[in-house]
Amino acid sequence: MLTVTNLSKRFGGVHAVQEVSFTIPKGCVYSVIGPNGAGKTTLFNLISGLYTPTSGAIRFEGQEIGGAAPDTLAKRGMSRTFQNLQICKNLSAIENVMVGAHLTLNSNMFAGMFRWPGLSRADRTCRERAAALMERVGCGAFIKADAAAMPYGALKRLEIARALASEPKILFLDEPAAGLNHTETHGVQTLVADLARSGLTVVVVEHDMKLVMSVSDRILVLNYGRRLAEGAPAEIRENPDVIAAYLGADAEED
Amino acid sequence: MTHLPDAPTPRRERSYTGRLVGLAALTAIVALLPLFLPNAFYFDVAIRIAILAVNGVALNLLMGYTGQISLGHAGFFGLGAYGSAVLTTHFGWSSLLALLAAAALTAVIAWGVARVILRLRGHYLAMATLGLGIIISIVLTNETAWTGGPDGMPVDGFSLFGFTLSGERRWYWVFGGLLIGTVILAQNLIDSPAGRALQALHGSETAASVAGIDVGRRKIAVFVLSATVAAILGSLSAHYSGYINPGIAGFMQSVELVIIVVLGGMASIYGSLLGAVVMGVLPQILAGYEGWDSVLFGVIMVVTMIFLPRGVVPSLTTRLRAVRFGRKGGATC
Repeated sequence: MLTVTNLSKRFGGVHAVQEVSFTIPKGCVYSVIGPNGAGKTTLFNLISGLYTPTSGAIRFEGQEIGGAAPDTLAKRGMSRTFQNLQICKNLSAIENVMVGAHLTLNSNMFAGMFRWPGLSRADRTCRERAAALMERVGCGAFIKADAAAMPYGALKRLEIARALASEPKILFLDEPAAGLNHTETHGVQTLVADLARSGLTVVVVEHDMKLVMSVSDRILVLNYGRRLAEGAPAEIRENPDVIAAYLGADAEED
Repeated sequence: MTHLPDAPTPRRERSYTGRLVGLAALTAIVALLPLFLPNAFYFDVAIRIAILAVNGVALNLLMGYTGQISLGHAGFFGLGAYGSAVLTTHFGWSSLLALLAAAALTAVIAWGVARVILRLRGHYLAMATLGLGIIISIVLTNETAWTGGPDGMPVDGFSLFGFTLSGERRWYWVFGGLLIGTVILAQNLIDSPAGRALQALHGSETAASVAGIDVGRRKIAVFVLSATVAAILGSLSAHYSGYINPGIAGFMQSVELVIIVVLGGMASIYGSLLGAVVMGVLPQILAGYEGWDSVLFGVIMVVTMIFLPRGVVPSLTTRLRAVRFGRKGGATC
């Protein structure tokens, strides 16, 4: 579904991502792990169009998308959440989710001003769907709340609901469990598994190893911007390089 | 998944009934006000307030809702006014045709400028729009052959199908109707997917673009919309007052519009109306004290920024709601 070939990104003298290649098959849960600063979020930003690659290719459903703008990629069926939340605090919670459904609605300014026939009805349906999505990801208690008044854990879920509202083919979750407690992390784990079962391709950047090992079909390990290993969870757990760089080095890393 | 405890204060939905109540109140005020206006002078003040209000609402779409500042908006008002004046006086065009042409020309200019300057953000955008307004005002002052220069130029009344609109009382209904229409259209826009997109890019450009919103194109569209509204108002007010000078496109006029938006409340339609009333009435009260109105405007701006940074209407609605629900909650209205 998504193929990355020799992808590199340089910020001045810093090689954030270097010659990384991998393929994400359709309908699986693909995780990207690595120590802090390994280039995971940079990789996400490259694929989702926020950064332009220095070199290399990104192909989505057979078409080159390297350097395409995020809104173009959204039209192609790509959606994501953010490690450092990107919530519109000037809107209510449910409106944030409805923003995710932007492409499914008639968003012409004149249609809006003159209440084009069918527009209000479509918007009401969209609101109902957004409420259902909020229930699904577990922030149903905040359907009538302002986004600015929501706690951190609920905002993480709100972002997932917004990403799902666009009905994406592929969903990128950037550290969905960061800052969440044990119960909440378990909730994210169940949700990711649930999404994958519905046929969605999910790509996860995450530090919580228990979550990664339990939900992933395949795992990519990055270290200093380079690909260290790639494979099924069992292979990654046994890989000596990975153990040396990451899993076994927990004590000295933190 | 487990539900999180303690949902915050319920937000009052932007309900349709709420909107209708506000609109009914506005319509009643516009309809009944003439009964309390003793003479043409008061009608003139009311008309000027309506012009400021419509301009304020249009600028609020750009500033309050989309989060893009413009310190040169009076420039577009001036372009509309002079466009109509020049086309009717020098070329003998009909009022309506001149108005439409001036609006279209302003839209094209605003579009061309927006493509370049809306890449800028914050202070840089403020400086660029400030410069734009000043350039327009200088051109209007210096093109003496067309515009009469600093002395200004006379403008004929607005005539349509052989009927010429004249007198404060008739014009009052035109601007009153325009005001109500603008409020309806602006509220429709804000509650629509397009309006949500504008507010979303104000909240987070990154989130908006990932959701499929073409941030650049949206910013340009709302800039052109609000510039075009200003131009149409400029045309009408030129015909109404019968005489224009480059002062109408000046920096102080742009600042006045910004004060209306900020004082009344960013992202608040009725806030802009309130701001327009204040800015329209104050100069009349201070008429005897030449120059002191500018000082007072400055003081109002500073006091608002310190004590009601979100503007009068949003701050007050939040407080009222807090009283009603017994605690504080964020709100926009």
